[in-house]
Amino acid sequence: MPEPLLEIDGLTKRFGGVVASDGIRLAVAPGELHAIIGPNGAGKTTLIGQLTGELAPDAGRIRFGGTDITRLPAHRRSLMGLARSFQITSLFLDFTALDNVALAVQAHAGHSFRFWRNARRERALREPAHKALARVGLVERAHCIVASMSHGEHRQLEIAMGLATAPRMLLLDEPMAGMGPEESQRMVALLRELKGELTILLVEHDMEAVFALADRITVLVYGRVIASDTPAVVRLNAEVRQAYLGEQEAVIRHG
Amino acid sequence: MRALANPRNLVVAAILIFLALVPVYAQARANPYLLSLFTRIIILAMAAVSLNLIMGFGGMVSFGHAAYIGLGGYAVGILAQEGITAGLVQWPVAIVTSALLAVVIGAFSLRTRGVYFIMITLAFAQMIYYVGVGLERYGGDDGLSIDRRSQFGGLFNLSNRTVFYYVCFGLLLASVYLVWRLVNSRFGLVIQGARSNDRRMRAIGFPTYRYRLVCFVIAGTICGLAGVLLANHTDFISPATMHWTRSGDLIVMAVLGGMGTVLGPVLGALALLLLEEALSGLTEYWQVILGPLLLAVVLFARGGIDGMLASLNRA
Ligand SMILES: Nc1ncnc2c1ncn2[C@@H]1O[C@H](COP(=O)(O)OP(=O)(O)O)[C@@H](O)[C@H]1O
Ligand SMILES: [Mg+2]
Repeated sequence: MPEPLLEIDGLTKRFGGVVASDGIRLAVAPGELHAIIGPNGAGKTTLIGQLTGELAPDAGRIRFGGTDITRLPAHRRSLMGLARSFQITSLFLDFTALDNVALAVQAHAGHSFRFWRNARRERALREPAHKALARVGLVERAHCIVASMSHGEHRQLEIAMGLATAPRMLLLDEPMAGMGPEESQRMVALLRELKGELTILLVEHDMEAVFALADRITVLVYGRVIASDTPAVVRLNAEVRQAYLGEQEAVIRHG
Repeated sequence: MRALANPRNLVVAAILIFLALVPVYAQARANPYLLSLFTRIIILAMAAVSLNLIMGFGGMVSFGHAAYIGLGGYAVGILAQEGITAGLVQWPVAIVTSALLAVVIGAFSLRTRGVYFIMITLAFAQMIYYVGVGLERYGGDDGLSIDRRSQFGGLFNLSNRTVFYYVCFGLLLASVYLVWRLVNSRFGLVIQGARSNDRRMRAIGFPTYRYRLVCFVIAGTICGLAGVLLANHTDFISPATMHWTRSGDLIVMAVLGGMGTVLGPVLGALALLLLEEALSGLTEYWQVILGPLLLAVVLFARGGIDGMLASLNRA
């Protein structure tokens, strides 16, 4: 196995009495699409938050590209090539879609203590932003105010902002949540395209998508890793079936 | 080019031309009061424009912005009292002290958000206010008369009211232009992004705190310069200039005029001070009329006067 791009060891996070991350140990190889599944409240979003630097872990270490990033602030991690999309859409609602993505480009184009030139006319910012929008299929919507766009489009825009920074690794927190079947299908197609270009950590509830896309799957329950393996092995894992998959199927059938 | 000739821009252009011609009119009517009133409006408009840079574009609602007006004014007053009347000393001293004060206030307050930010900026401004009250040597509570306006040698004579008006008007236009360049630059987009969604800004790689601090300092500095002008205008400086209600006035100007654009606060300053002038001529209780008027603007015209003008464009 090659040197992992992301290495998590003993990661622990408590919220009062709740142990949201319980000694998580996990490695993601370069180029891998690594899915994280687990029931609601399992600690998936909390894990992503610690990876991006929004939450400080109580214990454990995170290494990215061989560097210990456990204590780095969020913006530094982003500049190292770790990009995320938010489960709850987090965009600049009063800006246009293109402005949103161009800001992400700008964040990675040197410092922004530039006070005079009109940034909206800088091709070095606008062109990569356009490309990222085209990538997710939003290019005709470039000049729409984000607040007026649909939920599905917001999810696509989240991905475009991640891509615009040309990251080494993309952390996606339920990119398909709340999407219709057609939009979901497009998202799966996009993820399939991205797979191989960059390393992806995907948190997703859509099991069909996860098993179709993932190289490896980690199952999280009550903040603990109960399995981390290839889809074929995880599918057969009795503990996983009991703890999660069966319950999930029931939910899908009845809910 | 057709887009430029929309109703809103025509109104704004008319107002700017009007402002440029005020001294001519005042002279023709032999009405020095009018000139004095509009000088004051222009100076406070400049302060409101600077406040709007942080409040409207940056989402930093400072309730202590008048502190910089006072600081700029005291720099002029104290130096004059000590016999230093050279503008080339007074003005840079005022600008640098305002910037330093903004660094200190900003460094603390920008670690907080929302109501806490408002309260901390207010608390700092109140501290500065009481420092002013305590300056026995410089008049304390009663303030300090300024016998000579800032001297610029043969360059221009600020004691000439018309010259002074045009200096203020020029500096207002320069501030508006500066803020306009700023908000459209990379720097300005970071400031607006941080207002819109600071968490996301950090997630995409911006250390937003330092950008917001620099913005806060730029605004404080412009406002300090407005304070220099105000002290020269009134030939007087006192702690009352820094009272929290003065900071409130600046907020009202920005909100009334419209926070979404660079020129909004200029319209707001004009509207507020002219209304105040007209209403206080009618009744002692003019604030009873002004209050509901403000309420109506906030409730029914979110973009302020400028927003109403802009909606004419679409009509
Ligand atoms: N900021 C917080 N404060 C307190 N408890 C939290 C916080 N964030 C998450 N939790 C708790 O941590 C656990 C894991 O939550 P989360 O990471 O959101 O799970 P998931 O994303 O897998 O649904 C839950 O029990 C949740 O209630
Ligand atoms: Mg979650």
